[in-house]
Amino acid sequence: MEEKVRSFLNSSFGEAIIKEDNFRGQQSFYIKPEVLIPICQALLENGELDVRFLADITSLDWLGHEEEKNGRFELVYNLYSLSHRYRFFLKVRLPGDSPRINTLTPLWEGANWLEREVYDMMGIWFEGHPDMTKILTPDELEGHPLRKDFPLTWEQPQFSWNKDQPPEVVR
Amino acid sequence: MPEEKTVTLNMGPQHPATHGVLRVVLELDGETVVKARPVIGYLHTGIEKTMESKLYYHALPATDRMDYLAPMSNNLGYCLAVEKLMDIEVPEKVKWARACLAELTRVNSHLVWLGTHAIDLGAMSMLLYAFRERELVLDVYEACGGQRMMTSYIRIGGLAHELPKDFDKKVLKIVKVVRERLNDYEKLLTDNEIFINRTKGVAVISAEDAINYSLSGPMLRGSGVKHDLRKANPYSGYENFDFEIPVGKNGDAYDRYLLRLEEIRQSLRIAQQAIEGMPEGPYRAHVPGVVLPPKEDVLYKMESLIFHFKIITEGFQAPFGAVYQAIESPKGELGFYISSDGSNKPHRVRVRPPAFVNLAALPRLVEGSLFSDVVCAIGSIDIVLGEVDR
Repeated sequence: MEEKVRSFLNSSFGEAIIKEDNFRGQQSFYIKPEVLIPICQALLENGELDVRFLADITSLDWLGHEEEKNGRFELVYNLYSLSHRYRFFLKVRLPGDSPRINTLTPLWEGANWLEREVYDMMGIWFEGHPDMTKILTPDELEGHPLRKDFPLTWEQPQFSWNKDQPPEVVR
Repeated sequence: MPEEKTVTLNMGPQHPATHGVLRVVLELDGETVVKARPVIGYLHTGIEKTMESKLYYHALPATDRMDYLAPMSNNLGYCLAVEKLMDIEVPEKVKWARACLAELTRVNSHLVWLGTHAIDLGAMSMLLYAFRERELVLDVYEACGGQRMMTSYIRIGGLAHELPKDFDKKVLKIVKVVRERLNDYEKLLTDNEIFINRTKGVAVISAEDAINYSLSGPMLRGSGVKHDLRKANPYSGYENFDFEIPVGKNGDAYDRYLLRLEEIRQSLRIAQQAIEGMPEGPYRAHVPGVVLPPKEDVLYKMESLIFHFKIITEGFQAPFGAVYQAIESPKGELGFYISSDGSNKPHRVRVRPPAFVNLAALPRLVEGSLFSDVVCAIGSIDIVLGEVDR
């Protein structure tokens, strides 16, 4: 299955695949952001690979790490083939200022809340999403908590102890 | 003034049938739900952010507090992910003990679900029976981890300490008692006309839609998709056990009820096999510098004491890379995506929460149905808000 996924992606989207990575038996492909929708569309239509299950969407922030040169934000799409019982990852790098990418909601309804969570936690905007609003944090909260420059101990919205203190960044 | 056709009704966050602090904004046309919008986040505590700032060992107790009805499953998922990252192979006995505990957790979680779901639909006595049996499982937790809910018993590289002396007796007692009493539950609910009327044909989702909504666990299997990570991608020695994956047909709340009851039976089967076939061996892997040495060694051996001290204070350096480990928790696919930047703290821990993803399908389940079915739909998804909001 590993070989099948590789040859399918390389034959159809060879130029858009930046690199392939294999860590602890997990196959992942770094792809260019603009081909995400075509690749997912092609995977859904390919009956042989049968990649119909979008297990997860998550995001990473590489601020201050040497990996930042490839793009500060990393989106991880976790795809699973139910009949082949095989999991692989599509990874996309996005720049630090105003990161945005096309939404997957037309292909998978399940992407709706997963993308809303990424937006709320990491501040990545999904273009064309039907309901791009906060999902977990309070409406008054400013910023995106899982970004590395978001303070860990700063209470927000302020209602008890840190009204007059400057934010203190731990880590 | 134009005539208002629909009424907006706010359900929750303080509502007994929402199992915690779920809020649903409903748009009603008479008794029919036109639109439903779940609002979550009232229990958000930033667990993922907290785990980033802690050493790998110190982040473990945070996992108990997500799905507090299935603490062992959460521990297991996190530990398996860290073990995959560090490339640690645990002893056979640990695998079997972990599988046994994870299955008891499934029994625990499904029993609470059964009780609360039944009481939502008016079967008051069911709650008391389910909690009576759950107490037996909590006794095993207490004997193992010293606590009834936040156990943190499964640790990176093994278990917190040796299994308690009468572990096998206690587990076999659960197997015997719960197996018998499941028949009583069936008598109370399976042929109960009120229960059937409230659940049959309610909150239906087709197999196609279930996959499209990324549902997992009983929500997916209830619609007839035979997918269980314990069989599909076995972890922690599940390939050694003989068990069936029950599937539903119609994808309604009644099928999911029958399926969860059958899952309890299969879990008991696995727990019994695990007890009967449990191999001898150490309760923790021997990986100096990464896995904590056994407490007996720390007291008498200098190297062990040094390693113990170093692991607790500075932790261990993980290699650069990212791993994803998914397990079949009682609610569905529970995944941990751990990204390491090469330091002694995780760069990012992402929890793929099954209840969160399953709850996203709530509007699809209730739109077009009667208002009173919303309670049944929420119950049949089996959510724990601690995990949804994290």
